[in-house]
Amino acid sequence: MDVLLNINNLSVKFPTRFGEFSALDNIDLSVAAGEIHGLVGESGAGKSTVGAAIMGLLQSPGYVASGDINFMGEQLGSLSAEQYHAMRGQRISMIFQDPQTSLNPLLRVSQQLIETIRQHSDVSYSEARKRAIALLEETGIRDVEQRMDEYPHQFSGGMRQRVVIALALCTNPELIIADEPTTALDVSVQKQILALIRSLCTTRNIGIILITHDIGVINEITDRVTVLRSGRVIESGLTAQVLGNPSDAYTKALMAAVPRLDKRLDRFRNIVSDDILTKENTSWVVEGANAQFASDWLLQDHQFDKQQQDNDARSILSVTNLAVTFYSGQPGWFKRDEGFKALSDINFTMRTGEVLGIVGESGSGKSTLAKAIVGLVDPSAGEMIFNAEALPPGSQRARTHPARRQIQMVFQDPYSSLNNRQKVEDIIAEPIRFYNMTSDNRKIRQLVASVLELVEMPQSAMLKYPHQFSGGQRQRIAVARALVARPEFLICDEPTSALDVSIQAQILNLLKDLQQTFGLSILFISHNLAVIRQISDSVLVLRNGALVESAQTEMFFSAPKHEYSQMLLRETPSLAMLQEQQ
Amino acid sequence: MLSFIVQRLLQSVFVMLAVSLIAFSLFRFVGDPVAQMVGQETSIQDQENLRERLGLNDPLITQYGRFVGDLIKGDFGFSYRTRQPVSEMILNRMPATLELGAVSLLISLLVGIPAGIYTAIKRGGVLSNVLLMSTLIGISVPTFVIGIFLIYLFGVELGWLPTFGRGETVQIGWWQTSFLTWDGLKSLLLPAITLGIYQLTLTMRLVRAEMQDVLKTDFIKFATARGINYRSLYFNHAFRNTLVPVITIIGLQLGGIIAFSIVTESVFQWPGMGLLFLDSIRYVDIPVMSVYLVLIALMFVVINLAVDMLYFAIDPRVRLKSANG
Amino acid sequence: MINAWRRFSRENELVYLFLRNRVAQLAALIAIVSVGAAAFANFIAPTNPYDIASIDIMDSLIPPAWNADGESHFIIGTDDQGRDLFSAILYGTRLSLTVGLLSITFASVLGVTVGLMAGYFGGRFDAIVMRIADVQLSLPAILVALLIDGIARGILPQDKHDSLMIVVLTVAIGLSLWVNFARTVRASTFVERNKEYVQASQIMGMHPVRIMLVHILPNIMGPILVILTVDLAVAVLLEATLSFLGVGVPPNQPSLGTLIRIGTEYLFSGEWWIVIFPSGMLITMIVSINILGDFLRDALNPRLR
Repeated sequence: MDVLLNINNLSVKFPTRFGEFSALDNIDLSVAAGEIHGLVGESGAGKSTVGAAIMGLLQSPGYVASGDINFMGEQLGSLSAEQYHAMRGQRISMIFQDPQTSLNPLLRVSQQLIETIRQHSDVSYSEARKRAIALLEETGIRDVEQRMDEYPHQFSGGMRQRVVIALALCTNPELIIADEPTTALDVSVQKQILALIRSLCTTRNIGIILITHDIGVINEITDRVTVLRSGRVIESGLTAQVLGNPSDAYTKALMAAVPRLDKRLDRFRNIVSDDILTKENTSWVVEGANAQFASDWLLQDHQFDKQQQDNDARSILSVTNLAVTFYSGQPGWFKRDEGFKALSDINFTMRTGEVLGIVGESGSGKSTLAKAIVGLVDPSAGEMIFNAEALPPGSQRARTHPARRQIQMVFQDPYSSLNNRQKVEDIIAEPIRFYNMTSDNRKIRQLVASVLELVEMPQSAMLKYPHQFSGGQRQRIAVARALVARPEFLICDEPTSALDVSIQAQILNLLKDLQQTFGLSILFISHNLAVIRQISDSVLVLRNGALVESAQTEMFFSAPKHEYSQMLLRETPSLAMLQEQQ
Repeated sequence: MLSFIVQRLLQSVFVMLAVSLIAFSLFRFVGDPVAQMVGQETSIQDQENLRERLGLNDPLITQYGRFVGDLIKGDFGFSYRTRQPVSEMILNRMPATLELGAVSLLISLLVGIPAGIYTAIKRGGVLSNVLLMSTLIGISVPTFVIGIFLIYLFGVELGWLPTFGRGETVQIGWWQTSFLTWDGLKSLLLPAITLGIYQLTLTMRLVRAEMQDVLKTDFIKFATARGINYRSLYFNHAFRNTLVPVITIIGLQLGGIIAFSIVTESVFQWPGMGLLFLDSIRYVDIPVMSVYLVLIALMFVVINLAVDMLYFAIDPRVRLKSANG
Repeated sequence: MINAWRRFSRENELVYLFLRNRVAQLAALIAIVSVGAAAFANFIAPTNPYDIASIDIMDSLIPPAWNADGESHFIIGTDDQGRDLFSAILYGTRLSLTVGLLSITFASVLGVTVGLMAGYFGGRFDAIVMRIADVQLSLPAILVALLIDGIARGILPQDKHDSLMIVVLTVAIGLSLWVNFARTVRASTFVERNKEYVQASQIMGMHPVRIMLVHILPNIMGPILVILTVDLAVAVLLEATLSFLGVGVPPNQPSLGTLIRIGTEYLFSGEWWIVIFPSGMLITMIVSINILGDFLRDALNPRLR
């Protein structure tokens, strides 16, 4: 196998108003023909920067501070702008994460393909068209002749990504950089695209750099892998070696944070921990505020007895025949609007203290279910019973209805779930004031500080604004806000999907601890089966708005009954084999 | 596709009805039509008779209906000031304004669009910065000041161009055109530039802003990564995607031109509809005011319809949305 | 203290960018000086040009002081009525800015309220508002302003007309500009409304008005600020244009536009100062407002996350 690409001691810096930021620090990397080299790391690791540097497309004002990039004997750093641009697409190609935005919406697929082909080789229009057809067939698109003259938005997500791959291949490059190529796709489609990438790599004998944050993907198709953290190479080598028997502490912690699909652990152990609880941050405290104070508040000075809760076996939420249909509200002139059935005929019951996991792909209706319970969306049919009382649909729910306090929600996007213009103190205090839980201002301050400590944040956080915190920290603040209202029922809508794997593990640990301490009933929504396995007591599978299967977690994962559930389990990229060795 | 056209047509009709309602209210409620038409000596009885004959005592709905009917027929009533039929006055003046507007639009597009593209692509160059600075001046200097300045420079000091009026025109049917005489063209030049400058700078800024936005998108990144040559990138890919918002604004600008022609016509004493409207404001000549209103609205509505049709032709996503109902 | 300021000016992006942009600083300075001069016109101006008693027609058309025929207490000359041009410009600026600011306040209050509601509630209210906006957008600003002015002329008796002109102008210009606010606020509200912190408040059962004012509004101040600045320039331009055309402020209270109109007649006979100085003042003011508007727009533009 000949080496295609050799990166030596590469450093990339970005001047900012806070000083110079080192995006990459002495990176070494090499890729051979016919090999898929994975580049893995959490956000901010610099993975995409490597790709941009190789393509010569670093976002200004970034620049290469030192080191060199050697591609097939040529030093890329010494190329002129024109030479570099001539090389792009021709010899090195790149594909991006979101197939929807990667294609020009106003040009037909055939036009975009033919243009690229003719850009790099001197062929006639009809010859280029023939090549385009062959490529599209190679990437697995059916009815090529018919579909190639359509526009990008007429293709589904997976199909679009195939078109993107075809576009990257049409000039026969020797190296392809794939930046998170499957992150935006559903699990079932993801596996197909990964298989396609693998086969193309082998048959065409090209080198591929696969950039991703998903360790499961790495395990699935890469030969070698490099682990990045904060711009530095932590570890590098054969995939099986690095993932199965990591030598660096960080890699080990990273692997420990990946939720296992094969076995449920009581906690994630030996993971990377959040570095916000430094001495500097924890020195400022509010008098009388500590985690115990918050705990007392939440339990209302009772002791929580898990045994008692188990014996109680009341149901906290019961949903019958729930259906939600959306009408687009734009009446056509001749066609009556049938509406989109987001949910149909959902039935389930949750016991107090239970953690119910709702799993499904995009469009399955999981979020709609959460919204219906919480009152953002009105069900078009069915009933919900909460705490033995009928739960009115959102538009009929009074502003002071007790369920509004008893049911709290943690959202998916930590960057939009907190009001950026409010101080953290005000964000967390808002429910207390709004629900009139106490009017003593001093007590409110104590509570806010205490709850922050409970979610493992420094009390001084209450003085700051959300944008001063990272995603994981913001999610902790969101959890604090939800908790402070003394809820009995917590809905978590993909609370960790936007977070890095280590942060995800931290937050999941936090949720587990809180659930056990306070006996919360939790409805946990996720598209990630492994996460569901780690946190839920029972599982509900949704598909296109319909309930496909419902079972206790252990039974579900050892022997799923429905074909769809089996497919999901099969298609989820996992580290099962590796983890069995541990 | 059909439902799309029908929908837009209905919307246009709605807008026209709304505007005609406003125009009608003007007619009916501002000032007294009868008082305007008769002299001091007319007896109360005669005034009453006149009122009856004009149908001013009928229910408002009927009057409104009649008003709209008259408008459609082209019967615009008589001016309070000159006693002439409004339709005649307007037809008289329309060619002047339309020619002026057309030339200004041409100037603003032919210079504005390329300049906008250039400043979006070549950021930080000397020419770019000069152009940008001049756009700032362009939107800050009032049209009338530009006009005055141009008159002073080219008309008074240098004496190259006429300072007011249309000069010689040629009559073709009922249309009087400036294009066919040298004098006419010379007279057209300064007003057209004055009118066009504001629009030009607006166009340039808009095109620049939109191009910059498009150049940051993922598909441009991807196309760059594929090595598509820069010229094609900018024109085939980037500019094509900026067309949609640019077309909207150009459509609106046509309206701005028609509106600002009032000022330009005032400065240059250009005998167009704008000057007519201005006089009608000064003398509270309601019939002229309300008809002008309706006509302008009509022009806008037609322009908007045309713009929507263009969207249809350019953006395949719009076609798909309407095909699916 | 210094360290705190250093940190603040680094962390607050707007301040940081402002401190590095000489042009914006200059523009801000000019704007402040203009506003200051206008506000304190009473104290700064040597004469009061609105006071008919203090004007002597014999003083008309005197050139600026540095000219041979000039007089020292008329620094930049007089106009055709004998008014001191310097004072007239100060008072005129005050008038123009007053009308501009008042109309922008009117337009923004109306536009932001309507935009917030349309963006938040959507549905029928939004559809109706957008139709009205469409209708209004089919008539350009200057036309709307002229129209309302004309209507006012027709409705109000002559004597009341003059004293109410400021109000009429404010309403006319404000009504022609509110749509800009409404559309932008509506678009921003749409975006914010779908964000999860708004959903969190809705779940709590917060009243929509509270959500709009406490949560959404502070988060959309950026675009509002930009439009405020840009439209202030437009408002001042509109007022000047209307006054120039003779349908703006009453003739005995000249604004900058009126002065320019007067000056035009005398420009070609050699009395250039009546046009040049007011034009210069007007242009300088509008340019600085526009520079600030551009700066704000670029600085507040959400760039790479």
